[in-house]
Order: sequence, then structure tokens, then C-alpha cells
Amino acid sequence: MRAVRSILVLCLLLALAAGIYVFVAWRPAIAPIAPPSAGGFDAALVQRGATLAAIGDCAVCHTAPGGRVLAGGLALPTPFGTVFSTNITPDAETGIGGWSEAAFQRAMRQGIRRDGAYLYPAFPYDHFTLVTDDDDRALYAYLMTRQPVHATAPANTLPFPLNVRLVMFGWDLLFLHQGPYRADAAQNETWNRGAYLAEGLGHCGACHTPRNVLGAEKTGRKFAGGEAEGWTAYALNSSSPAPVRWNAPALDHYLGQGWDELHGVARGPMAPVTEDLHAAPPDDVRAIAVYVATQIGEPAAPPQPLERHAQKQAGRGKAAAAASADSQAVTIGAGATTGGGDGALIYAAACAGCHEGPRALPYGGIDLALSSGISGPSAKNLANVVLYGLPAAAGARSPIMPGFAAAMDDAQLAALAAYLRGHFSDKGPWRDVDESVREARSAQTAPVVNHAPAAPSDPTQRTTHGETQR
Amino acid sequence: MVKLNVNGRAEEVDADPRTPLLYVLRGDLKLNAAKFGCGLGQCGACTVLVNGEPVFSCVTPVALLEGKQITTLEGLGTVDKPAPIQRAFIAEQAAQCGYCIPGMMMRAQALLQKNPRASDADIRAWLEPNLCRCGTHMRILRAVRRAAEMMQTAQAGDAR
Repeated sequence: MRAVRSILVLCLLLALAAGIYVFVAWRPAIAPIAPPSAGGFDAALVQRGATLAAIGDCAVCHTAPGGRVLAGGLALPTPFGTVFSTNITPDAETGIGGWSEAAFQRAMRQGIRRDGAYLYPAFPYDHFTLVTDDDDRALYAYLMTRQPVHATAPANTLPFPLNVRLVMFGWDLLFLHQGPYRADAAQNETWNRGAYLAEGLGHCGACHTPRNVLGAEKTGRKFAGGEAEGWTAYALNSSSPAPVRWNAPALDHYLGQGWDELHGVARGPMAPVTEDLHAAPPDDVRAIAVYVATQIGEPAAPPQPLERHAQKQAGRGKAAAAASADSQAVTIGAGATTGGGDGALIYAAACAGCHEGPRALPYGGIDLALSSGISGPSAKNLANVVLYGLPAAAGARSPIMPGFAAAMDDAQLAALAAYLRGHFSDKGPWRDVDESVREARSAQTAPVVNHAPAAPSDPTQRTTHGETQR
Repeated sequence: MVKLNVNGRAEEVDADPRTPLLYVLRGDLKLNAAKFGCGLGQCGACTVLVNGEPVFSCVTPVALLEGKQITTLEGLGTVDKPAPIQRAFIAEQAAQCGYCIPGMMMRAQALLQKNPRASDADIRAWLEPNLCRCGTHMRILRAVRRAAEMMQTAQAGDAR
């Protein structure tokens, strides 16, 4: 009798707790509106929204490969399951056409959908919460003046209880810190502009900060390096693996142009980010570079190219004129014919022709002694790049690297990776070579990611619906 | 000595293992269909199949290929008995200067072997790495479409 009573009381208490949770967590729907007419928005505001959308990379996640811009449907693999980006074109039924500006701002600030459901932080509202009213207004104006597309994203594949959106109330309670960006009075205006953009709309930390078991960024380890879709997002703090320390001018060039002479070409999920930033105001890109450079910190000495690299660049300068007319000479790398085993042989035969060739970046291959892909914490990025290369960008001049997925088996790639790590970095051997190679081979994330078109924020640069991108 | 399997035949070639496959095919084995274009894996004129997948033979050292099946255009058909892909390119007169055509045929062959029902969009996307400087792209696309139809129907058993 007593046992039954205890169980009853326990059940009641649990029900009460659940009731309180639901009561506290419940968010009301915001009444739908008739989609506002595109002509009703100020053109200058829309234009400003376009540049903000480029800095926020909206189109990068909210566009499926080969799909219509901003119509959603991109699969975002997370440790908890796959979340699909949604349609943020102003389609009344399947997009955000029925969202008022208040509903849009609530989503940006609190991660709540117009109908009151909780959004998952795959949508980085933990960053977007910093965005100002003015910028939210401009973004809203930009999005609501896009071509509406009727498209419904596939359903997420999250297991119970994560598929109950209300549980995100608990996550938000723990990890969402609402409030505007607070300027640091000790820093100048450029730095503060950069911090506002990088921490807010630009959401750099979403990939470059490690996440805890609940998928939230470890705020104590900001920019200590994270992961994105099968790629390593390198540390952007003092533990940056770049062989030549980044500084603001180098970051500015990299972010705006997609490459830097001493750091190489953006690839993987970073490629579309730099493509978007190419369309952003140069002053904003420079501000982000200034801010990120201070997170990485000043090098002990001014950045010096490695000695070997400096010699090679001098050689490239001399050879450049002749080389541009002479594509007929395949150079077999002179290096390492003995010692280093298969990896050395593969490097000399398959890689050195471009990576030690006469062409300068970005169309020539980077000196691998400068590559974070070799000095980074994992073999992931190297495996992705060797297997799938750098496919040509659609409609734009771009560096190309052929992929070797068909020519190289896993053992050959692993041997190559081990050789490159030993020969071109002063770090110890990778422990995850075999695993990285296997994952890169099976995930096939690289072609999709690298196939981002030249300017995702410009609809004319995107392939139309129905065209398949590999 | 490097051991290679080319068009179903076991070959032994006296070559440095670092030598690009293209040089061995053209220089040692006298298989001249694959062409030298850019030498950088960027134009596709040198495309051949390795285990059914297209590779740029100009940047693929033979050291990588032991135990793998290499197929060149000569392995698909002959002048007397052309393969469907070759008949289709002839029927559509898809070549102008013709330099890119062997590579185009090999890349298309790889797609159609896996999926003879490939859509026009699939074909376009698939052929993207191969360049044609004459501008016969539309004829090339028609030829691949024609080859796909041939492989789907009467000549299905004769795809190779």
C-alpha cells in the first residue's frame, strides 16, 4: 500500500515538473501575415541586407546543392543526427512569407520559429542574438524581397527526445546568452566592428570553437578549433597550426580573395564563406580580419616565410614568365627518391609537379611546408583534398586541383599522408590517418562542399533547380 | 619493372614507378588515344579509366596502379568494331579538332557504365572536368545522350 502511494506521489511530482517545464518553455505563435510586397521595402535597406546576408553566409547553409538559393534542404550532419536547413525565401506556405519582422527578430534573437516551436542551434542563433535591430531589419528586408520558392526541407533525423523541440528550452537556458554586442572601450572602432560581425552574424565560432557533449560551444575555449562537415576548422587562437602566423593583412586577403600567399587556398566549408565575403564590403572584411588576428595573437617575430619557401618563391619568380607559355613540361619531383617509402614516391610523382612547380598561388599549388592541412591536428582535411581535389568553381576563375580518389587506394593515401606530415611539418605523426582516410572516402562530403558556386548570394550564379551538382 | 593491367592484358613495362601513366601508355605501350593536354590534371584530354573510374593519366604515376584495371579508348572498341560510345560520337560528328574527344569518351563511358539512364543534367555535371576548346559541347552532349540510348536498348550487352 505504502509502495503504491510512493509511486503515485512520484508520478504526480514528475507530471507536475513536466507541466511546469512545458508552461515555462511554451512560446506563443506570432500570427502569420500576408507576405509583404517586395516593392514596399526601401531599396537601400535591401541592399544593406544583401551585404549582411553575405557576411552571415545565409545562402551557404540555406541552399541545397543544385537547389534554389535560400530555399533550404541542405543536410547538416551533427553528432545527434541530421538537421536540414529550411526554406527562408518569402514563400507563404513553405518559407518565411508569413513571418512578420517581429517573428524574424525573435528567431534571430531567441531561436524560436514563428509558430512558437524551438529551433535547433544548427541555426546559430546563439551568435545571431548579438545582431542589432537595424541589421535584423535590413536582413528581413533582403530576405522578404527574394523570389519566393515553394520547397519543403526533408524531415530532420534526430532521435527521441531531441526530436521534441521543447527540450531546446533547456539548452537555451544553459547556453543562450541573449543581449546585444557590447563594445570593448579599450579597442578601436575597426576592432569592435570586426568583433560584432565575427561573433554575431559571421558566427565564426560555430565551426572554429570546439563543442561540448550537448553540442554547445565551449565558451572557455573560444576559437580553439572545431569541426565542420567532416573537415577540421583550424584554431583561430594562439594554438593556430598555421606554419606562418596569420596577421590582419593575410586574413584580410584570405577572407576577401579566398587565398593567401603564405597560407594557401580556402577549401571545404570555408570556400563558400570566402566566396560570400568577396561580395561583402571590404571595410567589414578588414574589420573581421583585424579582430580575428588579435585572437590569434601577435607572433613573437614578424611573420617570416620559411627559408625553403623563400628560396622557392624566388625560383618561381624567375620561372614564371617562361612557365606561363610552357604547360608541356610535366615535372617529376626531384625530391626523395629514396627513403620515405611509398609516400615519398607518390608525393614526388603525383604532387610535386604542381606543389613545387613554377606557378605561384593561387593557380599553382602551395608549398606544403606552409599548409595548415599538413601541420593541423588531424589528417581529415588532407584526406578530403587529396581524394576530391579542388573542383572548379562555377562561372568564375578558380584554382583547380585534381582529385585522386580513383587512382589512390586507402593504403596509398595513408602512406602519402604519413610522409607529408613527417616531411613538411615539425609536428609528431597523426594518430587518425587510417580513420580520416576511411571517413573521407565514405563521406564524400568534399565534392558537394567544394562545388559551392562563385557567389552564392547572387542568384544568377547558382545553378537552377533540377541541375545536379556532384 | 612495373606491372600493369591495361585493357585486360597484363603488361610489364621498364619504367620508373614515378612515371605518369600517360607516358607509359603512349610511349611504351603505343596506346595513343589518351592525349597530353595540360599535364596538370586540369583539361581532361588524358582521361582513362582505373577500375571503371575516370582518372587524369598525366598526373597518375604508374606506382599507384599495380593490381588495378586500366582501360583506354583502345580497350572499348576498334576502327572495325567501334563501341557504342565511339559510334555515337561518329554519328553526331562530335569532334572538331578531336583532341579532347578520347578523354570525353572515356569520362562519359565511366558514367554510362554505372548509369546508362543518366539525365542530361547528370551528363553535364559529370563532364565538367573535361575541356573542349573548339566549342563542340552541344554535339558532345548529344553524342553522350545517343550512346546512353544505345546502351539502354539493343546494344546493351555490347557496352564495352
